[in-house]
Amino acid sequence: MTLELTEPERDLLGGAGGEAAALAMRVVVSAAELLGARKLTEIRSAHIDGCLHHGDGGVEFAETLVRGGGRVVVPTTLNVGALDLLHPGVVRAAPERTRMARRQMDAYVRMGAEPTFTCAPYQIGHEPGLGEQVAWGESNAIAFVNSVLGARTERYGDFLDACCALTGRAPLHGLHLEANRRATVAIDASGVPESLASRDVFYPVLGTWLGWAVGDEIAAIVGLAAHPTRDQLKALGAAAASSGAVALFHVVGATPEAPTLEAVLGAGEPREIRLDADMLRAARAGLSTAEGVERIDAVAVGSPHFSIDEFERLAELVGTGAAPFAVPFYACTARDTLAELEARGRAVSIRAAGIAIVVDTCVVVTPILPASGGVLMTNSGKFAHYGPSNTGYDVAYGSLKECVASARTGRLVRDEGSWTW
Amino acid sequence: MDLVSAAGVHGRILLGGRARGPLLRLRRPISFWGGIDPIAGTVVDPRHPDVGVSIRGTVLAIPAAIGSSSSSAIMLELMREGTAPAAILIGRADAILALGAVVGRELGYAAPPFIEVPIEALSPFGDGEVVEVKEDGSIDRPGPGR
Repeated sequence: MTLELTEPERDLLGGAGGEAAALAMRVVVSAAELLGARKLTEIRSAHIDGCLHHGDGGVEFAETLVRGGGRVVVPTTLNVGALDLLHPGVVRAAPERTRMARRQMDAYVRMGAEPTFTCAPYQIGHEPGLGEQVAWGESNAIAFVNSVLGARTERYGDFLDACCALTGRAPLHGLHLEANRRATVAIDASGVPESLASRDVFYPVLGTWLGWAVGDEIAAIVGLAAHPTRDQLKALGAAAASSGAVALFHVVGATPEAPTLEAVLGAGEPREIRLDADMLRAARAGLSTAEGVERIDAVAVGSPHFSIDEFERLAELVGTGAAPFAVPFYACTARDTLAELEARGRAVSIRAAGIAIVVDTCVVVTPILPASGGVLMTNSGKFAHYGPSNTGYDVAYGSLKECVASARTGRLVRDEGSWTW
Repeated sequence: MDLVSAAGVHGRILLGGRARGPLLRLRRPISFWGGIDPIAGTVVDPRHPDVGVSIRGTVLAIPAAIGSSSSSAIMLELMREGTAPAAILIGRADAILALGAVVGRELGYAAPPFIEVPIEALSPFGDGEVVEVKEDGSIDRPGPGR
């Protein structure tokens, strides 16, 4: 099986678009050959997950592209980096690491990518349409763009997403192809009561269970008693892409490729799973490592980055004139969302309540939480998953309301009632 | 595909090259991001059965790569630090790890050959036995006089 290239693609490979575009094309072609793709597809946008500093190799790669005249040829957004560029001092890092992390973020901006620095570009106006071919990195963004928007991307990792952005091409394989987007597992969620299915706190738990249950398979969830909001679907996908390798899921009646179960099933007989209370309780327990504790040391929300709706809800819960929080409280978001919050006049009251608004990065990818450690409470399945290994904190999972209530006193407040039926 | 010739084994070339080193079979799939320390070149995932083992200079055989797509960045760091395996034999082709090596080669670092081969096919070789990976995708004991 050989890869067929078009004339413009061969030209890029031959250097007609400059050295960086040729390098990027060689990488895209290598990836296509590794994956067994027969041709490349044109893409309409890219989301690059290469701004986060893992080591100086990432800086070397990005700066090599800059020196070679690299420019993105499709609208391109950037994922989080290791620094909050609007609030210097929030991130605790040695000067040398700060300098390299900054160079890595700057290099992509110099190539023409938008300095969005968010893991949720889809909530600040970057929404590919149904059926559109794109090349997106960052596991939650991949799950969202595929599942909730119905655009088509594979799981792109470091380097390949950037090379796709510089060439406007991606290997035509996997989830770029209609036939590979059908569900192989049907999840019957009709047993979950509406009182639980309508609550935000349900979705990270459902996602965590889903990732465990299906790994990298495609599931269709059917029979949900509530119509999930975008933020709820965002939380579901982010958790499933953390506990498993879920890049696409369908919710019948709620996501665009699944008007009915039949419409989204493949040719073969699907594996069927009936979701029950024990499965959800196990997943909920799996989101907390700090069992039996009474006190918490910090609260973090906003993974994926908080939306403007989530900030409105937070502002409502916090109210005005209440006593200050007993522990540090972080809300991570995009700089664009912060600008909107400021335009609405909401940022002042949220900050006055003692909430630190973190932009461009988040608390599990770079040192922000107090070094003293302890128990981190969160409403995010993704923070709960990566918190222990990346921050050293134990985690306690709860709803946003429970996070606010716990932050007021420093004592862990959680409602156990809704998880039994 | 003829997997076992006289003494050697043939796999599918993902990234060609020639290398020699002691065979190291990892007992479970691994995510390089969070699973390998690129500075030391060792397995650091506390839940992995081979935690503590050095992969530097080995012909590393792994059933599959799993987990984070940032594993390509770790592959690049291993090549930059000089702590990479001499060759990687992988049970299931994976674009993420090999892509890190492709990018490393573009940046001028020596890339280990990557060969897709069922791990069971390596049973003729002992753990730690020095094996040679050749440009044609074959894996064999080094010939006499070489």
